[in-house]
Amino acid sequence: MSIDESTAARVAKLARIRVEPDRLPALAAEFNTILGFIEQLGEVDVDGVEPMTSVTPQRLKRRVDEVTDGAQQEAVLANAPDAREGFFAVPKVVE
Amino acid sequence: MADLNKLGLAQARDALRKGDVTSVELTEACLDAIEGAGALNAFVHHTPDIARSQAAQADARIKAGDAPAMCGLPVGIKDLFCTKGVPSQAGSRILEGFLPEYESTITRNLFDAGAVMLGKLNMDEFAMGSSNETSVYGNAVNPWKVDERQLTPGGSSGGSASAVAADLCLAATGTDTGGSIRQPAAFTGITGIKPTYGRCSRWGVVAFASSLDQAGPMTKSVRDAAIMLEAMCSHDPRDSTSADLPVPNFEAMLSGDIRGKKIGIPKEYRMDGMPDEIEALWASGTEMLRDAGAQIVDISLPHTKYALPAYYVIAPAEASSNLARYDGVRYGHRARLEQGDGITEMYEKTRAEGFGAEVQRRVMIGTYVLSAGFYDAYYNRARKVRTLIKKDFEDVFAQGIDAILTPATPSAAFGLGEASDDPVEMYLNDVFTVTVNMAGLPGIAVPAGQDKQGLPLGLQLIGRPWDEGDLLNTAYALEARAGFVAKPAKWW
Repeated sequence: MSIDESTAARVAKLARIRVEPDRLPALAAEFNTILGFIEQLGEVDVDGVEPMTSVTPQRLKRRVDEVTDGAQQEAVLANAPDAREGFFAVPKVVE
Repeated sequence: MADLNKLGLAQARDALRKGDVTSVELTEACLDAIEGAGALNAFVHHTPDIARSQAAQADARIKAGDAPAMCGLPVGIKDLFCTKGVPSQAGSRILEGFLPEYESTITRNLFDAGAVMLGKLNMDEFAMGSSNETSVYGNAVNPWKVDERQLTPGGSSGGSASAVAADLCLAATGTDTGGSIRQPAAFTGITGIKPTYGRCSRWGVVAFASSLDQAGPMTKSVRDAAIMLEAMCSHDPRDSTSADLPVPNFEAMLSGDIRGKKIGIPKEYRMDGMPDEIEALWASGTEMLRDAGAQIVDISLPHTKYALPAYYVIAPAEASSNLARYDGVRYGHRARLEQGDGITEMYEKTRAEGFGAEVQRRVMIGTYVLSAGFYDAYYNRARKVRTLIKKDFEDVFAQGIDAILTPATPSAAFGLGEASDDPVEMYLNDVFTVTVNMAGLPGIAVPAGQDKQGLPLGLQLIGRPWDEGDLLNTAYALEARAGFVAKPAKWW
């Protein structure tokens, strides 16, 4: 499996990371090196093996479905790059 | 007492309780040492005001007869831990200016136990790296030096390792996703333990790969590791994977008696091209444990070879998901936008500016292996291989093996800037440690010797899940026989 420049561009788009077009050939080459390393997993016989979901056999805890936290608007917004009138502000999304 | 910063946790604790020294004196000694160690670039955010205030409070507690485990002991905190009101950037530009509104469970536990925070420690960006060269703060430097070159302290907990080895603090927190506590500990001649997955709460620790991340202490001795690990551990309802198990008194389990214990030596860890010195260190460590009365057993962990490639599917996959939160909306950096830029441009520019090259690479690899059409071939296959890796360990523990001895790293510390451009070559640093994260087991690196240049080398012991106490005791027996006391000569 080899990644070409257009695949690299598509992955960058999916990851929401801007990559300038002149960087794409090098990026595709790096991906191919790493994926080449990963390819050896194909040698392993995984027939009938369950994919791991939890490394320690534990049941997730349950608790009563009730509000345990909240009313912290100021703290939540304290680190926002742009907060206005109690909201996060972003560029216009809907025309 | 002179050179108070050179004490370990146990020594300082005992001196504090006897009234031979105060926490304020210990803290001032460390602050002085940090002041003079700018060349190591280990501490990247200094918190002397917090330290002095915590030290004074600790002295009052000791005077009042209330001296919990870490009371008055000055430590450094890896930049990955969120500390309330104190910069917590995970070594990344994207979290520049971020001041957490909350305290991580682990730092809260340490402060409740009386610990004093000296500042935040350098690390690879988002804990992705093995040399501390991906940090936004620049390289942390190893206090060990054999020629004109500057050496890496390892990574990702490179600042923690450098600071402890150079006696800038008594101990430090680290985190370990594929070897990030144990490899830097080995490179700097200190002790570092990654506990069983679930022992330490991950709440408030910036996430890299959530199914692999665990925090642990980096210390000057095995006893210190036992003391600090106990203070860090707790059951935490805020982390759904935190284990609801009692935390034992680890220090009380250090008898040094390992007679009759079965120590496994896995043949698959004898790698092609492994330096003779590593091979010799491993053999001498084996003899030390035999000498202590342990039974040495040859074992096989057949899927070892596939741990690293499986890790480089699973860890980037989880990272791509975890790091999706850095979008320039809620916290951290937001790129300056141009006229007409919409929200997608904001995301793309913010993440391109905020993430360094290695982080971008891993987020994109993770995105690729999770994308439609490749999910089964890469991600699901890697998770199946992970099941097999864990089963390898379960099988040998079922045979009665108590602990497994391996080298900690495939080499001693290398020079900063010496690594090639091939990312996979850097990944190989974790070849002996990554299996332990994949299986969720506890692992400890203990300094055990020096190479011919005089650089420290470490051995790794791997234990049964939830049996850190027994693992620490085996490490204690190894430490006593290895007798590693070398310290780096001060040049900084």
